[in-house]
Amino acid sequence: MIEERFDAIVIGAGMAGNAAAHTMASRGLKVLQLERGEYPGSKNVQGAILYADMVEKIVPNFREEAPLERHLVEQRFWMMGDRSHTALQYRNDDFNEDKPNRYTIVRSQFDRWFSKEVQAQGAIVICETTVMELVSDAYGKVIGVRTDRRGGTIFADVVVLCEGVNGLLGTRAGLRASPKPEHVALAVKEMHFLPRETIEARFNLRGDEGVVVEAAGVISKGMTGMGFVYTNKESISVGMGCLVSDFAENKDTPYGLLEAFKNHPSIKPLLEGSEVKEYAAHLIPEGGYNTIPELFGDGWVVCGDAAQLNNAIHREGSNLALTSGRLAGEAIFQIKSRKEAMTKQNLALYKKLLDDSFVMKDLKKYKDMPALLHANSQNYFLAYPQLVSKAMENFLRVDGTPKLDKEKATIGAFIKERKWSGLFGDAWKLARAWR
Amino acid sequence: MSLAARVEEKLYQNRYLVDAGKPHIAIRPHEKPSENLLAMTHICPAGCYSETSSGQVEITPDGCLECGTCRVLCEASGDITWNYPRGGFGVLFKFG
Repeated sequence: MIEERFDAIVIGAGMAGNAAAHTMASRGLKVLQLERGEYPGSKNVQGAILYADMVEKIVPNFREEAPLERHLVEQRFWMMGDRSHTALQYRNDDFNEDKPNRYTIVRSQFDRWFSKEVQAQGAIVICETTVMELVSDAYGKVIGVRTDRRGGTIFADVVVLCEGVNGLLGTRAGLRASPKPEHVALAVKEMHFLPRETIEARFNLRGDEGVVVEAAGVISKGMTGMGFVYTNKESISVGMGCLVSDFAENKDTPYGLLEAFKNHPSIKPLLEGSEVKEYAAHLIPEGGYNTIPELFGDGWVVCGDAAQLNNAIHREGSNLALTSGRLAGEAIFQIKSRKEAMTKQNLALYKKLLDDSFVMKDLKKYKDMPALLHANSQNYFLAYPQLVSKAMENFLRVDGTPKLDKEKATIGAFIKERKWSGLFGDAWKLARAWR
Repeated sequence: MSLAARVEEKLYQNRYLVDAGKPHIAIRPHEKPSENLLAMTHICPAGCYSETSSGQVEITPDGCLECGTCRVLCEASGDITWNYPRGGFGVLFKFG
């Protein structure tokens, strides 16, 4: 379909792909970006929170142009009991700054805008095109891609794989393994529409202020998982996700879990009267540092979710994708400027830039957390939240029982469930993995 | 109302362009489903997998959300073959 040869082909028009394509095209490289959806964003699913700093490094004035929902002034962490929640809540008026730090977004709309920016830099973006396989030369160097269009083989010096968590190309070419069930979470999400005044009243917001609720506890029935409620301008994103391996073992349905979450007495009033307009599902890479595959080779690099670059502890993913895409683009530009070839040796520059950035440093910090949470999910996601809820109820219900007896009952319940050794062990393991 | 009925209501909100006659996921013929394949009758967020009266697992991928859960669970063992729909086909997220 296209006869010419490109400096780079970018697979996918998500956060990583758009960041990579923008970075390279804005520096004068000849870039082709291929997207299987009808338009950029039509296959992309996220919660979704956008971290301004990482976008700003690519499109400095994005706040004036991009479709943003609400800037976040408040974060709520809810530990869910069966009919209760214990909250850690942080709100700061300083987040109402000129250049806010975090926003909620609607991914399909944001990606569509981002792609226009990419095209404005000169990249060619072709949608409705599924790439079927990578094309390699006799030495195994990736030299192009074959698409599902007629005569659809296209050549380039380098292929930037931004194909998402469920990327088929890299795995089929043997460049990396498919994710394992214990390393990916399945999340389902609904978009609930309400008048903006209703959202603002229910969440204690003014204007474009926004709130994030992250919820963990009995809602995941002992599986490693979380629920979330994000406020948009005129809608609320509500979702729930758990590790695929846990789902397979528990045999719960993801939509059943989401229904139960929505009907939890702490969540239900927030959504009352809303109109649901979309239901989506998506995998989230949760394996962390220890599951990051080879990131580069002869004629290729991999970025974003496809490379498992996701910080499950801080719920950060899109910023890691944006940063890895940008750094891949910068590395390729540097190699190209030196008029050197896109060999494995030269593309190691991408890994070096990534290692020096927050992306790898953060993931390394939490390298033991995913396995720990997975192995102890019954304690961290079921037993403790129930105990905390009971303790809070004991603490707050005034019924003539002396406080000392109440404290004894609370401590007794913790020891009965986990014993002293278990309690200290759990705390120690958590602290070590956090460090 | 059963939850199975509810997932169909959920899918009804979505936009799809179904590639008629070209399912992108196929199950290997089997007498008895593997444990993972059977688990898909619960886990698939679009309820695409179901058990027949004779105990096999079958798939109707029209409502597929292209999440890849079944691929992660069942592709390595050869229980299923998994491809993305042709360019432009499949689910079309308005919000994502």
